[in-house]
Amino acid sequence: MKNIALSLLIALAMPATAALAHGPHGHAAAKQQIGDLTVSEAFARATPPRAPVGGAYFAVTNAGTTDDRLIDARSPAGAEVQIHTTSEKDGVMSMRRITDGLPVPAGQTVTLAPGGMHLMVMGLTAPLVAGEHVEITLQFENAGEITLPFEIRALTARGAAGGHDQHGEAAPCPSHDDSKP
Amino acid sequence: MSRKSLQRLRLALWGLVLVVGLGASWLLLSPRGQAVLPTDDIGRGEYQLLATDGQTFTAASLRGAPSLVFFGFTHCPDVCPMTLGAIDGWKQELGPLAEDLRVWFVSVDPERDTLDLMRDYVGWLPGAVGVTGTPDELRKAVASFKIYARKVPVEGGDYAMDHSAYVMLFDAKGAYNQIFSHTEDPGLVVERLRRFLTTQG
Repeated sequence: MKNIALSLLIALAMPATAALAHGPHGHAAAKQQIGDLTVSEAFARATPPRAPVGGAYFAVTNAGTTDDRLIDARSPAGAEVQIHTTSEKDGVMSMRRITDGLPVPAGQTVTLAPGGMHLMVMGLTAPLVAGEHVEITLQFENAGEITLPFEIRALTARGAAGGHDQHGEAAPCPSHDDSKP
Repeated sequence: MSRKSLQRLRLALWGLVLVVGLGASWLLLSPRGQAVLPTDDIGRGEYQLLATDGQTFTAASLRGAPSLVFFGFTHCPDVCPMTLGAIDGWKQELGPLAEDLRVWFVSVDPERDTLDLMRDYVGWLPGAVGVTGTPDELRKAVASFKIYARKVPVEGGDYAMDHSAYVMLFDAKGAYNQIFSHTEDPGLVVERLRRFLTTQG
């Protein structure tokens, strides 16, 4: 009986704890600071099985008076992390690598979000699973290095600026293993 | 020329006038629906690719059930998984109505996307079939579907693919119907799909 009561208590307490951890917008409150920079909204997208690459996103705000620049990124989840930008013109998607670093001008926020800029984790050693986290280290020219957990969201995740999808972000994805064609 | 043959000629000429006149009025008065649209032959052509369901993927594959067709590649971290995720969302929202709606994910990167890889990549999405093949056949398919696909070198020896990223809807006769994008409001896409599936699915 005591056990049942305890597990009931835990079950009841869980959503509350989860809500606390997710802050006012339902996102993980993973704000981290390094020097003048604040990195927030760090998330990655779950990958389909055997996907060789994965996408990750974040926002970085430069509160200082000197410009900075993201010059490199790396992750234990893959062989290499590149900074990419995606653009769409007449329905055609183009992906380009940003090789000379991503500028983070003083007093500004730079946002990497789906459909725009992203980190591409290449040579994934394992699929990125929704609900888990992937660690990525960002290296800035002036502020230095920062390592933070990127929350892995469902395949449909559109991300940062209020782009919450309607289809159960928390649902583990891939979610239909039983229905191979 | 005798009078008789002149008369015959006159008759023949009037006959000709009649035929031309009838033809012209038929052309003018016939329903406008007959017009040939540039989208009519989308998906039609001689391509022959391999599908993860063990069949070949040809223009005939689009017949028999309504389908969504999307061109992409697995070395694509952003738009392709997002689009597959969006399709999954649409299908879940539509429920049993979309049961017969097939999803073809055609690789524009046949050099890296093997049939085996494609099978796993789309395996989680109900009704989805991965398609790949030889670069030559893929070129034919790209032309048949009137999409854009181009290999672009990425610094460091790798490459990416520029490609059309919309999802094409075909009816059960294999005729092109309309396109969707993963960036569209899912609610609106689902409504358009629902209308299509209830009327012509």
